[in-house]
Amino acid sequence: MLMASSNHRAARLDAPRLVQHPPLLRATGLTKRYGGRLAVDNVSLEVYPGEVLGVVGESGSGKSTLLRMLNLEEQPDAGTYTLHLDGIAGQDLFALDRFDRRQVQIQRIGVVYQNPHLGLRMRFTSSGNVAERLLIAGERSFETLRAAARESLSASEFPLDRMDDPPRVLSGGMQQRVQLAKALAMKPALLLLDEPTTGLDVSIQATVLDTLKRLQREREMTIVLVSHDLGVIRTLSDRVMVMRYGQVVEAGLTDQILDDPQHPYTQQLVHAKL
Amino acid sequence: MTLRELTTPQQDYSYGYLDTYAKRELRRRTLKAIAIPGYQVPYASRELPIARGWGTGGLQVTLALVGPESVVKVIDQGADDSVNAANLRRFITRMSGCGTTTDTLQATLLQSRHRIPEEVMQEGQALILQVPDPEPLRAVQPDISKAAGMHADADYGQMWLGLYEQLVRFKQYVQGASYPSLVNGRYVISPSPIPRWDTPKLHQAPSLTLLSAGREKRLYAVPPYTEVRPLEFSDIPFQVEDQRGWVCKTTGAENKFMNELPQADGTAQYELSDSGYAEKLANEVAPGATYFDDQGRFYVDGFLKPPRRPA
Repeated sequence: MLMASSNHRAARLDAPRLVQHPPLLRATGLTKRYGGRLAVDNVSLEVYPGEVLGVVGESGSGKSTLLRMLNLEEQPDAGTYTLHLDGIAGQDLFALDRFDRRQVQIQRIGVVYQNPHLGLRMRFTSSGNVAERLLIAGERSFETLRAAARESLSASEFPLDRMDDPPRVLSGGMQQRVQLAKALAMKPALLLLDEPTTGLDVSIQATVLDTLKRLQREREMTIVLVSHDLGVIRTLSDRVMVMRYGQVVEAGLTDQILDDPQHPYTQQLVHAKL
Repeated sequence: MTLRELTTPQQDYSYGYLDTYAKRELRRRTLKAIAIPGYQVPYASRELPIARGWGTGGLQVTLALVGPESVVKVIDQGADDSVNAANLRRFITRMSGCGTTTDTLQATLLQSRHRIPEEVMQEGQALILQVPDPEPLRAVQPDISKAAGMHADADYGQMWLGLYEQLVRFKQYVQGASYPSLVNGRYVISPSPIPRWDTPKLHQAPSLTLLSAGREKRLYAVPPYTEVRPLEFSDIPFQVEDQRGWVCKTTGAENKFMNELPQADGTAQYELSDSGYAEKLANEVAPGATYFDDQGRFYVDGFLKPPRRPA
């Protein structure tokens, strides 16, 4: 009740806003050093429910490190990270203990890596790879696992007659679809994509992007997408953040950044496109 | 009285081969392992006159526990008469002066590779299993320090991944040995390479089971009367090997664990794997109660559920 009335007052006093929800993801002051090298330097970001945030930058700009921190794989040297979700709202996820952190990682966050070897067990069945997430979350019924794997794989448009083939015999595009199905298995609130289509040929890339776009539209998923491919960013994301040397140099709506870049580095990046 | 009479006479080896410090360490580690059922206790594995991988883990525990009154039985793949078992038995008696037997019920210490005997072991008996790989998480987590963290968190979900693969491929659990089991509701163990058939025998056993890996330097235990549950899916119950219809060619026994002897014409004959039990049947000595009766029923009612296959 108290919440509702204060929200109401805030809504009355604030300037008109497009998004009334609080941000799903809020990270402030993220900093990560590797020895003397500063990989991510005081980066803050907010992502709203149902929004796709693109992160662009050249190799070594810190975008993958940022994503690993958002996936709770790495602890930052400084900064906080909250997800506005039932049960963990307001909780700094970096302060959680190992067990709770893993539970949040498994149940609330899905991730697709550029290299499927990082995200998949190549010698286990594809359906087993998807079921693994549910197993870690505590599901112990074989029939339920099969059904969940089937549902998740078909959502990522993976051919179901191959669901029991190991990823090592699949093509690159199919491996990415298995990764996507694995990421979606627990119906996570936040999806992290690390160069999901890099290394695929253009036609396959287009179909994988189609799948991602459809899923995002149907499930209103919140996505952080890391890519150096401006085409991918333009297709999927609502907002863009440009990173260089671990810092955010420019951020804004996708059209605005890609059509009218202000920062010299962003201008260079946009015009470097073949 | 001379000084010579007061000192301990010079001997080539100390009692039980291992020196005092080694035995003291092993006994302390054993106590710790019993106090935390299923927890892998690290220990300093000593050099022995047999090579690592030939039962040094089990042998060290046996040597630390053996005394002149002990009666020792050594089993290798169920057999008392294999070269490896005979060597270990001779070494243990020579170093300790203990008695030996092939009768499961007469023994106080049983050192075994691959099998738990067919006859129900009693209170006061200790079964020492030789373990090649103590880490049940190895198949899903090759990093041993991460695996230690998973044990600490009781984070065992991934153990079902191996079972999932078996059910997908073969529609049933097919793991031949080391079937992962949850001890006392807390730690998952890899119960040595005992066959699936023997895994339920650990549940609420009156005897003490010690598992020791000499090469990996880990020791763990299942104390008497402890819950041991083989991992299973909630809708597909754990099963032992299906050996229905297998009849021992010498004793005519059924529903005990059999060795399969392939014949030249492509058929197979079977014989009891437990040679001590077979010897009793052959000599018409009444054997003790067995874990699985002649109809194949397990001695703990309701522990093994009727089979169910995935759709």
